[in-house]
Amino acid sequence: MITKRIIPCLDVRDGRVVKGVNFEGLSDVSSPVELARYYSDRGADELVFYDITASSEGRRLFTDILCEVAKTIFIPLTVGGGINTLDDFDRVLKCGADKVSVNSGAIRNPALIGEAAKRYGDQCVVLSVDVKRVDGQFHVFAKGGREDTGMEAIEWIRRGVSSGAGEIVVNSIDTDGVKRGFDLEMLQKVCDSVDVPVIASGGAGCIDHFTTLFQTLPRVDAGLAASIFHFGEVKIEDLKRELLKNGIPMRI
Amino acid sequence: MVAVVDYGVGNLFSLCSSLSAIGAEAVVTDDPALLAVADRIILPGVGAFGDAANKLRERGLFDVLRDLAAAGKPLLGICLGMQLLFEKGYEYGEHEGLGLIRGSVRPIAEVIPADLKIPHIGWNALHFTGEKSPIFRYLDEGDFVYFVHSFYGQNDDGSVIATSDYGAPLTAAVGRDNVFGCQFHPEKSGEVGLKILKAFCEV
Repeated sequence: MITKRIIPCLDVRDGRVVKGVNFEGLSDVSSPVELARYYSDRGADELVFYDITASSEGRRLFTDILCEVAKTIFIPLTVGGGINTLDDFDRVLKCGADKVSVNSGAIRNPALIGEAAKRYGDQCVVLSVDVKRVDGQFHVFAKGGREDTGMEAIEWIRRGVSSGAGEIVVNSIDTDGVKRGFDLEMLQKVCDSVDVPVIASGGAGCIDHFTTLFQTLPRVDAGLAASIFHFGEVKIEDLKRELLKNGIPMRI
Repeated sequence: MVAVVDYGVGNLFSLCSSLSAIGAEAVVTDDPALLAVADRIILPGVGAFGDAANKLRERGLFDVLRDLAAAGKPLLGICLGMQLLFEKGYEYGEHEGLGLIRGSVRPIAEVIPADLKIPHIGWNALHFTGEKSPIFRYLDEGDFVYFVHSFYGQNDDGSVIATSDYGAPLTAAVGRDNVFGCQFHPEKSGEVGLKILKAFCEV
C-alpha cells in the first residue's frame, strides 16, 4: 500500500538554512547538507528546498549546495523559489532535483507549467499555491503571500493541473504560522477538484494535526511543514510512528 | 566498472551519485565498445516508451544490449529502463521493446480501481514473489521503495520477482537469469535502494 508522505521544507538563503535550528548531534545547524541528512536518517519521505535568495551569487551558492545534497541524500528532492523559466528548471534538475516547484513564476507566465511538463514530464512539475480567504473566496497570492492576484484558487489549481502540473502544494496563508492545524476546509475543496497528489502545507503545530489531516481527508497525499520540525517540536520519527498507530500507512 | 547507458533520456546525476556512494565505478556512455567491456550495465530512463526505444535504436544500442544480455552480462533496467526490457509497450501506440523479458507494458489504469490517482507516486512496500532474487539479497520483505509511473510490466512466465500493492499487485521488479529490472527508483529509495544497487554490483 502506498504510504502518506511527511515532507520537511528548508528555506535556504545564500547557501545556508534560514531559521536557526538546534538539534543534538548537528554540528552545523545551518548547513543544508547536514540538515538534509539528519531528516533523511530520521525518516523524511522527501525534502523540499526553497531558495529565498535574491542575488545571482546566492543562486549559484544554492545550486552548489543542491548538488552536495543530491550526492549524499538518496530520497526525492523538490526545489522551489525563483523558478521563472525553463532554464531555471534545467539549472536545478542538473544538480539532482527530482521535482521543481513553481509559484509566482507560473502566475506571471502560466505557459511555464505546460512547457516544463512537456520537456520534463508531469511528474517533475509541482504547482505551489499560496491561498488566502478574501471576502469569502479563496484567492491566489503571489510573491510569498504578499500580493493578492485576485484569481480564484480552485480555478487556478484546476488550470495548472490541466496544463500538466503533476502535484499540488497548497499552502494556506490563513493557517500558516498559527499552529492550530491544517486548513481542512480549503484542502477538501482542492482534493475534490483535482486527481493529482495534493500536499498540505500551513498550520501544523503538533502530531494530532497530521492525524486529523490524513483521517479527515484521505485524498491528501502528504503533509509539509518547516518550523515544527526545525525547532524539534515534532520529531519526524515520533510523528510517523504515531500516524502508523492510528492506521495511516507510513514508511517506517 | 558499471556502464550507465546514456541515450538522452532522463537525469543521471542521482544514479551516478548513488553508485559512487556504494563505491562502484560508474561510466556514463553510449559507446558499444565501453558497454562490451563493462562488468555490468544499467539502463535508466524516464519519459515515454516509444520515444526512448527510438533513441536506443538511433544510437545502435538495441542490438548491442540484446547481444550483451544474451552473452550473460548483468543488466539492470530502472523505471522506463525496466519497461524497455519487455517485448512490447503500449504508451501512445504500440512499440517494440528489447524483448529480454516476456510480456508487455500496459497502463496501470487497466488494473487499478478508478478512484486511485495516476501516476502511482510515492513510497510503497515490496513483496517478493517466489525465491528471493539476488538483487534483493540485502532486503527484507516489506521494505519501502520510491515509485513514479503510470504503466506497468505484465509478465506471465514467472519473471516478476516483486510486486507492490496499489489497488492491485503491480509489477515492482523483474528478473530472469542475468537480466533485472526495477519499476521503482533505487537511486531515490534511500538505504534500501543503495542495497539493491550494491547487490546488483555483486551479481
